[in-house]
Amino acid sequence: MAIKASSARARGWRPSWSDPRARALLYQVLVLAAVAGLAWFLVSNTLANLAARNISTGFGFLREEAGFAIGESLLDYAPADSYGRAILAGLLNTLRVSAAGIVLATLLGSVLGIARLSGNWLAARVAGAYVEVMRNVPLLLQLFFWYALITEGMPGPRNAHHPLPGVFISNRGLSLPWLQGQGLDGIAAGLVLAIALAVGLHHWAARRRAAAGKAPRTGRIACALLLGLPFLGWAACGGALHWDVPQFQRFNFAGGITLSPEFTALLAGLVLYTSAFVAEVVRSGIQSVGRGQWEAARALGLPPGRVLRLVVLPQALRVIVPPMASQYLNLTKNSSLAVAIGYPDLVSVANTTLNQTGQAVEGILVIMAAYLAVSLSISLFMNWYNRRIALAER
Amino acid sequence: MDGTAQGAVPAPASAAAWVRTRLFSSPLNAVLTVLIAGLLLLAVPPAAQWLFLRADFSATTPQECLDSGGACWAFIAEKHRLILFGIYPYDEQWRPLLASIVLAALVVFSCVRRFWRAWLAGAWLLGLAAVAVLMWGGVLGLSYVENRLWGGLPLTLILATFGVAGAFPLGLALALGRRSSMPAIKALCVAYIELIRGVPLISLLFMSSVMLPLFLPEGMSVDKLLRAQLAIILFAAAYIAETVRGGLQAIPRGQYEGAASLGLSYWQTMRKVVLPQALAIVIAPLASIFISLLKDTSLVVVIGIFDLTQAAKAAVSDAQWHGFSTEAYLFIACIYFVLCFSISRYSRSLERQLRADLDR
Repeated sequence: MAIKASSARARGWRPSWSDPRARALLYQVLVLAAVAGLAWFLVSNTLANLAARNISTGFGFLREEAGFAIGESLLDYAPADSYGRAILAGLLNTLRVSAAGIVLATLLGSVLGIARLSGNWLAARVAGAYVEVMRNVPLLLQLFFWYALITEGMPGPRNAHHPLPGVFISNRGLSLPWLQGQGLDGIAAGLVLAIALAVGLHHWAARRRAAAGKAPRTGRIACALLLGLPFLGWAACGGALHWDVPQFQRFNFAGGITLSPEFTALLAGLVLYTSAFVAEVVRSGIQSVGRGQWEAARALGLPPGRVLRLVVLPQALRVIVPPMASQYLNLTKNSSLAVAIGYPDLVSVANTTLNQTGQAVEGILVIMAAYLAVSLSISLFMNWYNRRIALAER
Repeated sequence: MDGTAQGAVPAPASAAAWVRTRLFSSPLNAVLTVLIAGLLLLAVPPAAQWLFLRADFSATTPQECLDSGGACWAFIAEKHRLILFGIYPYDEQWRPLLASIVLAALVVFSCVRRFWRAWLAGAWLLGLAAVAVLMWGGVLGLSYVENRLWGGLPLTLILATFGVAGAFPLGLALALGRRSSMPAIKALCVAYIELIRGVPLISLLFMSSVMLPLFLPEGMSVDKLLRAQLAIILFAAAYIAETVRGGLQAIPRGQYEGAASLGLSYWQTMRKVVLPQALAIVIAPLASIFISLLKDTSLVVVIGIFDLTQAAKAAVSDAQWHGFSTEAYLFIACIYFVLCFSISRYSRSLERQLRADLDR
């Protein structure tokens, strides 16, 4: 027997039920066959159904005339434009609300997370209560609530609430003052140039430190650049810049920017909801840095600002960044709830498109592809950032 | 909120000392305290006035409510049957009420560790059968009610309970598949998990409502409610899989090797050695996924299923009682909050118990 078995092994591998490799191969073949069979079943049914219902396939419909209006859009869009352009307008609306939401939720969430850890009893309790309430109520409900509050609870533009100078809340949305004038371009150009120069300066300083062991003091130069260049840009454009304050004229507000009720409700809901999660992420990140780190850094004679910047933050960020990335992704995906309150985001526009054309498969594919692309780019960026701040073990 | 906020500061001796150390320990803290107290004073009294003092609990007409200038809880009193039970036949609404109680009782029972025995599974089967009989009827002299007419709280509870019951095993299988050494199975699981996690639940719900009918052969159709339930299960499973995978990764190799040296098979190793430890580690994140799932059931609104949120919207849209949406949304927000908050509290206590067991 033994001789026979070994000769069999010598001749080559013969599959047998008692060999785990053979079983693994068999399982995989079976699973793949099942998945392929299911896919074939679904695709063939779909094709048959589409043919039976006289629905065309393919993405040709993207070039046809859309024929529906979009409430607000960052690019010029008219009902006579194509479906493709409508979907692009929707995608831009999604990106707009997500970008604003991410920035605001990070700011508010960080403040709340730090407040929750504060020794101040009142601040900690208020932040704690906020987090618990916001996390445990569905976002969709919060959106309905804010939308109803704005459209039903707020007065008309004539008697708009006026909480801060230049800020008006009415049932037409939120009107804010906005900078206007030629100087804006100059400031933007100056700022971009200053950021580029500051980054370059930082790299140069890091190289000098590595080479000479002594870092040149670049902080003040960078500050001067960041403040000075936008100012120069503003001056170069003739100094034309003023606050454009919204004013009520006959029927509605003119001047400033007016955020629609849909956008305001969606942004408020997303920011207030996500900031509760961001607060928890920030809190756990800060808690993960032991007290000993603070004490040791102070014992070395570092001033508090540099303790925070050089010792605590690098360690806290390592814990904060991965869950923060998934909160950003959640916010972007949650912005699809816009469809429920009528903000024309990607899902809402694509949904209208697929209802009009009947091309459900393509419509859903467009939605999924767009979200996958956005999700993947956010997670690629956050992974890159995460690698940069990750522990460099030597 | 509890230990963390105060843990750093030693417990003060007297009330005055408490105020000094907890509220006015530094100039910055004093400013902060005054600022927050000021904001609370600005916000809380008007809110309390609106919510309770000037609220109308007994109005019979909308006009009475509007005149009172406070919240109109009479609106909730008027519409509570619609909000809680949707468009279920009015005279039969004791049935969804009983079904909700049965479901809630099952969940509460399952939370007690003393009851984690084999008979609990039997109790679930019996309970779910009772829920089905109560909701559908058609037997025992109960009139038949189509599930198109189901709505409100029982529907939300059903979607959430069956969602967890379906998504958990699927998520477990996906997590094991992603950790598998078989490349084809691993690739399939990775592709599924990443694809689902990359898209919003709404797109899956739309897919289930418009694409699933195309997927099935001519003449075969799946009920709308079941399609939504499927979408919720498929969505939540991907998130559960990632969480469980985190737990699996935290189990040291020695545990696998120890189990293998005892001659345990793969499934025995997983069931008796690895999974009990891995799941104990991820209780908190799992609970937050279950909370998300419960909250996400509200998204079925977009495909027109009559859950708690949609029922509230329906109540609000009554032309006669116009303008009381704040009250309706606050009412169901309280229901969601109680459900979600109790899950999160329970998960914390369970985590403490299990950790105490492990330490023993």
